[in-house]
Amino acid sequence: MRALCWKETLQIFRDPSSILIAFFMPMLMLFIFGYGINLDSSRLRIGLWSEDGGIEAVDFSAALARSKWLEVHIFGSRADMEQALVNSQIRGFVVLQQDFSRKLSQRGETAPVQMVADGSEPNIAQFVKSTVNGVWQTWQMHRGVDRGKEMKQEIELEPRYWFNSSAESRNFIIPGSITVIMTVIGALLTSLVVAREWERGTMEALLASPVTRTELLLCKILPYYGLGMISLMLCVAAAHWLLGVPFRGTLTGLWVVGTFFLLSVLGIGLAISTGMRNQFNAAQAALNAAFLPAVMLSGFIYEISSMPPFLRGVTRIIPARYFVSSMQTIFQAGTIWKLLWPDILMLMGTTVVFLGLTAKLTRRRME
Amino acid sequence: MSFFSRIHSLVIKEFQSLFSTKSGRMLLVMPVLIQTALFPFAATLEVKNASLAVYNEDHGRASVEMMQRFAASGAFTKIIPVWSAGEVEEAIGTRNALLAVHIPADFSRKIASSETSPVQVVLDGRRSNSSQIAFGYLQSVLEVYLKDRASAAGQTLPSEIITRNWFVPNLEYTHFILPSLVAIITTIGSLIVTALSVAREREQGTFEQLLVTPLTPEMIMIGKAVPAIVVGFFQATLILIAAVLVYDIPFRGHLVLLYGAMFFYSLALVGVGLFISSVSKTQQQAFLGAFVFMVPAILLSGYTAPVENMPVWLQHLTWFNPVRHFVEIVKGVFLKDASVGRVFSLVVPLLVIGLTNLSLAALMFRRKTS
Repeated sequence: MRALCWKETLQIFRDPSSILIAFFMPMLMLFIFGYGINLDSSRLRIGLWSEDGGIEAVDFSAALARSKWLEVHIFGSRADMEQALVNSQIRGFVVLQQDFSRKLSQRGETAPVQMVADGSEPNIAQFVKSTVNGVWQTWQMHRGVDRGKEMKQEIELEPRYWFNSSAESRNFIIPGSITVIMTVIGALLTSLVVAREWERGTMEALLASPVTRTELLLCKILPYYGLGMISLMLCVAAAHWLLGVPFRGTLTGLWVVGTFFLLSVLGIGLAISTGMRNQFNAAQAALNAAFLPAVMLSGFIYEISSMPPFLRGVTRIIPARYFVSSMQTIFQAGTIWKLLWPDILMLMGTTVVFLGLTAKLTRRRME
Repeated sequence: MSFFSRIHSLVIKEFQSLFSTKSGRMLLVMPVLIQTALFPFAATLEVKNASLAVYNEDHGRASVEMMQRFAASGAFTKIIPVWSAGEVEEAIGTRNALLAVHIPADFSRKIASSETSPVQVVLDGRRSNSSQIAFGYLQSVLEVYLKDRASAAGQTLPSEIITRNWFVPNLEYTHFILPSLVAIITTIGSLIVTALSVAREREQGTFEQLLVTPLTPEMIMIGKAVPAIVVGFFQATLILIAAVLVYDIPFRGHLVLLYGAMFFYSLALVGVGLFISSVSKTQQQAFLGAFVFMVPAILLSGYTAPVENMPVWLQHLTWFNPVRHFVEIVKGVFLKDASVGRVFSLVVPLLVIGLTNLSLAALMFRRKTS
């Protein structure tokens, strides 16, 4: 049995494609997630159209231009500005009408600031709205102070972030993205490689040998588990030291959670390859059954609680969901067992389910 | 045999190999249907059904009224009353609540003495994007409440902001997702078909047979390209129909413009697919090649996160990403009725990417035949 496991391990390290999946792909993906997926808008490009030459309008325009969150563009005509919005060159614009300054200084009149945002990018539209709103509020407050009558807001909300005090989206996206990477390694790699063995008939040869099914399964799993663990540690190290994501947890916590997650995805990969037995179909199935759910339904970008009840039910059988939430806890809050154990229990459950499924499918194949 | 009849029989052969097996036919249609049915509901950055923990130490009218407004806003379906700072910590830590509001004991007193009354809001930083959006909801509810209080007291505001959203007035996420899905799902379909077709033939040894026929490498490439373009058009049409009929999204632009651009997009994808095909020896390599291209191309297309949020050097690099241009085209034509000039400016990079990859692939195939 030891000889068999050793042979399996050697086989992995000799195959260039498994090394590609296990080491090159994680780094590439980590890099993409680290730099490419940024939900915090850096500088929003907006247009400004002012029909009013009055001092108030000029002052407010200057306040917009001063904001470090906005890049204000002035256009030759209003039609040009609207065309720029259609062409996605700007994400919104502000219009001050002729009588803005006059209405502002008149008691009992309300001077409107018109704002249009690009609704085809909902997330950016929200940011445009809240940023312009913020500039406008501060400007009004300063204006009140200048005139000697303080404009005080009655109630003020003071936001305070826990766990990720700088509120950078990459700090939660990168730990979550490690889940996607581990899914690719676990499910895609095993499904491809083992499907090839079924295709070539080497699997039948092994099954005919005196090794028991459990031993065989174990020998298939252990090397990939080792490879996955190395890859996980590599990802965490790169996330922390290269991408600068704070890591507050411990290696023990990482190891416990990582073990049960890896065993679950390896189970999925083995089950797919045993069921499909053909590389082309196994690859497609792994893409649809493991990779896409890990991106869409794990909660790493898209909040699970915002999904309709039916989909929320579906996410419960996806191991990635539990790994995302525990990775975010380990990275940002630390190894707090009280928060981790529910996820670990569920991961143990999915491990049993998927490895059990593989055993069952293998038995059916032999009969 | 003439040029066209040779290509005709080649194309027929390719279609047969695509549709001959049941699993092959299923794999072309099922993923498209499942993804169109599930993703628009899953892939949303909107915050719905969120829970708000409330720790209210004040019992004045203003605090109760404010809480009622928060509860009635629709973004928060569950309000969890808590009675101590420890419970606040527990509610956020265990993810039972996305936000927690803490109203201090002197809240009403401060309002009465016309001081600014602070309310602390705790946000779960592990989910900073969602909690920020939810905090934005709270803020807008509060603004309306303050305005109502002011007008009840007989004051008018000197100025106000009137916001409108063009193209998608209610900022519904499905309007953003479905046009992007048209681009993304067709990418997966036509890329895998082209990338694996040559590799599969090579594994089965039929590719060598093709090469000894009077067909030139260019003709073989056209034979491989046509089915992939047809598959792409077919899948895109399925999603477009679903978007308009099932999801009720108004199609504002011109279909001819969209399909015209789609042709050049498919050509770019076929170029990439054939290039991957031409350099890989086995199906496994071809699949990995397609995967290594596809994952970055889709993730950096502006679909998961806007291109303008990326670092500048990466924004420049996305010029080489065909998916990015096509996502922009579909969204532009579908939602914004983009002009011919605008679409043309996005087709140019597609044409460059397509021609480069097609000539590289032709070069590789030629080298193998000679």
